[in-house]
Amino acid sequence: MTESTVPHDAGQPGRTAAPGLDARLVVDRGAFRLDIALTAAPGDVVALLGPNGAGKTTALRALAGLTPLTAGHLRLDGAELHRTPPEARPVGVVFQDYLLFPHLTALDNVAFGPRCRGAGKAEARARAAEWLDRMGLAGHAGARPRHLSGGQAQRVALARALAIDPRLLLLDEPLAALDARTRLEVRARLRRHLAAFEAVAVLVTHDPLDAMVLADRLVVVEHGRIVQEGAPTDIARHPRTEYIAQLVGLNLYRGHADGHTVRLDAGPAVSTTEDLSGPAFVAFPPGAVTLYRDRPTGSSARNLWRCRVAGLETHGDQIRAELTGELSLAADLTTVAAAELDLHPGAPVWAAVKAAQTHAYPA
Amino acid sequence: MTSGPAAPRTARPRPPGRGVPLALLAPALLGLAFLLVPLLALLVRAPWRSLPEQLTSPEVWQALRLSLFCATAATALSLVVGVPLAWLLARTEFRGRGLVRALVTLPLVLPPVVGGVALLLALGRNGVVGQYLDAWFGISLPFTTAGVVLAETFVAMPFLVISVEGTLRAADPRFEEAAATLGASRFTAFRRVTLPLIAPGVAAGAVLAWARALGEFGATITFAGNFPGRTQTMPLAVYLALQNDPAAAIALSLVLLAVSVAVLAGLRDRWMRTA
Amino acid sequence: MIRSAHRTRRSRRAAGAAAVVVLALGGCSASGTDSAGDAPSGTLTVFAAASLKESFTALGERFEKEHPGTEVTFNFGGSDALAAGITNGAPADVFAAASTRTMRLVTDAGDTAGEPSTFARNRLEIATVPGNPHRIGSLRDLAAPGLKVVLCDRAVPCGAAARTALTADGVDLTPVSYEQDVKSALTKVALREADAAVVYRTDVRAAGDKVQGVQFPESAEAVNAYPIARLDNAPNPAAAKAFVALVRSPEGRAVLSEAGFSAP
Repeated sequence: MTESTVPHDAGQPGRTAAPGLDARLVVDRGAFRLDIALTAAPGDVVALLGPNGAGKTTALRALAGLTPLTAGHLRLDGAELHRTPPEARPVGVVFQDYLLFPHLTALDNVAFGPRCRGAGKAEARARAAEWLDRMGLAGHAGARPRHLSGGQAQRVALARALAIDPRLLLLDEPLAALDARTRLEVRARLRRHLAAFEAVAVLVTHDPLDAMVLADRLVVVEHGRIVQEGAPTDIARHPRTEYIAQLVGLNLYRGHADGHTVRLDAGPAVSTTEDLSGPAFVAFPPGAVTLYRDRPTGSSARNLWRCRVAGLETHGDQIRAELTGELSLAADLTTVAAAELDLHPGAPVWAAVKAAQTHAYPA
Repeated sequence: MTSGPAAPRTARPRPPGRGVPLALLAPALLGLAFLLVPLLALLVRAPWRSLPEQLTSPEVWQALRLSLFCATAATALSLVVGVPLAWLLARTEFRGRGLVRALVTLPLVLPPVVGGVALLLALGRNGVVGQYLDAWFGISLPFTTAGVVLAETFVAMPFLVISVEGTLRAADPRFEEAAATLGASRFTAFRRVTLPLIAPGVAAGAVLAWARALGEFGATITFAGNFPGRTQTMPLAVYLALQNDPAAAIALSLVLLAVSVAVLAGLRDRWMRTA
Repeated sequence: MIRSAHRTRRSRRAAGAAAVVVLALGGCSASGTDSAGDAPSGTLTVFAAASLKESFTALGERFEKEHPGTEVTFNFGGSDALAAGITNGAPADVFAAASTRTMRLVTDAGDTAGEPSTFARNRLEIATVPGNPHRIGSLRDLAAPGLKVVLCDRAVPCGAAARTALTADGVDLTPVSYEQDVKSALTKVALREADAAVVYRTDVRAAGDKVQGVQFPESAEAVNAYPIARLDNAPNPAAAKAFVALVRSPEGRAVLSEAGFSAP
């Protein structure tokens, strides 16, 4: 639960031999300047989150070697990659629209990397087949990309990037090209694959939900700078900018679903509109929470918890209240409403959320 | 015109008010007529009665064979050097690229006869480069079939380069980046990713170049001369026949036309449709 | 026409004094400018064989000076191509061909006004690179192995003439190329791509010091006659008549002889 907004110093001694990623990326492009520091240990999944034009994709391209660094450094498992061309970096990339080679089959797309990195034809294809099998795509090995669904194409792209055994996996808006229905399923699958990946993964997204579900750590980038970084729940509780408050503010819980109810690991159950079973996430935005001084009667909300105000933060004419108690959550309300409720740290409140405003999905 | 069980018995009605506007149709038809009427005139005035006799002469087939061989060889040569040149122009940044592109297209505006003279000055027995080819390797290009291929390549390659460069510019360069992240060198990315992606454009450029090479006259006769079986291609045979036997010239032209139409239509169906 | 040169001589704004001087030199009566009836004026279009380019251009300039207000436009090209143009209705006043056979194409089509008359003759000559390094002295020398010789194609007059001369001499010659016209045959020698060409004497003369001429006796076997004729549907018959007269005059003959033509 630590947060750090101060970029790491460029050439810290003693870190060069550390495994994982240690980078300071500086890219000047006319009026725009990207300057961010990123460190991650093997096994970490870091999400670069930010609005369009914040410099996320530039950072990703710089990590891949597709955009040269103006200054800074880039070390991966102790090796300096600053001047290494992209084809020689142990970096796998899943592009936003996948960029699967349309003239090659799924198998040959995945075998392309191993082949370029010195494997024989048969060996490369065997490895590719293995990866497709792991992605549940063994039956689509001979298909051309245009005959694959969005979710299948995404998995082929992931297999293609992983087939070169990268020490750094980069994903650019991995779910943006998918429709809402496919997105849920692909996100759950991707989460499992990322959890199993033993090296560093960095993903870029503008969707806070994707970031929170997929990543262990969020790095929020605005105007080429890191404005906040830390664990997803931590950032949701303590947004440091208006943008984060509006976009990242999300109550997110893990639990076990059984029909329209998700029993949270944290304690209480939450009613949802989705019908699920097994491990699941439940999320709802702070704006969906209604607060009451007294237990509401006749309220249709079935998700009702007794809480206490732990803290209050003002953002413009909005106040974010941090609550503890039966369930820890964040709630947004207007300053007027806060005054009427006489909210102050330690004050007891009832928090209610309509099932229709929650969002449950498989973990 | 019906499409499916629910289609009405009458022909499918056209959406209202979506006819071809006259302002486009009239000039389009005029343009078509302008292109077709001269060809029709050839057919109308063709010496049909003596045609079988004209066409059984061995010289005709000799010239046709040579034409097809040389045009194909010139296209192949254009591909080997023209596609990389197009890549250079489309995918790299260097000073004077605009000038280089203009120079590449110069043979398009140069009268072919001037092109032939320029080739003589460059590759002739006493040419700037040719004198060394002759002195060191004993290679003399004028008056040879190789000379015909070179002359045709000189005139036809710009068509290929321009066509391929346009296709390359339209192709997504990020596929090359994706290949790079997978470990492909720029050459491997070009060979295994870019080239297959732009194949339809390369094919279209090759067809253009082939057609241009097949009809080449000025540069060929100036650089390679005119000798039956060695450098006399169909256009040369046609031109010389025109001097005193217009009927034979028309017959030869018909053969050239028929062969080109057959080849171009065949290629179009096979290659262009996949584009 | 691919090889035709199209040149226009704008009439000079010659001062009256200059015109008088020219008229005096030319020995023409001044009546040409006085009598309104057949005074040549306006544009005159002459289709002439490519080999006549130098001499006819010079004669055209004289014509314009002698007949102020006229403008002579030339279309130089292969005789056969020009004949084809005329029989297909090209608007020309005068046709000068490099062979009687070509002229016959036009007379047979009924496109000439009056009988064509021969105004000059041309002989073949061997053109070699300057200095004649291969010491070519006769047609027979052209058959030497390794020698690169270009001839005109049989379809054009100079090629037919060369063939006649070679046959008369019994020389079996395989050239490296049958050129489409005499100028391109000459160009190959001038650029030293060929060692020798059989061309017209006038062409050797016109090429100046870029080639060297070698005369050979067999050329008498293949002398080309150059006929000239006014055309039936000439837009400018008066000027056509005057131009033909100039070409056939002693003055015209002098210019032609200067270019290497022999008397008819």
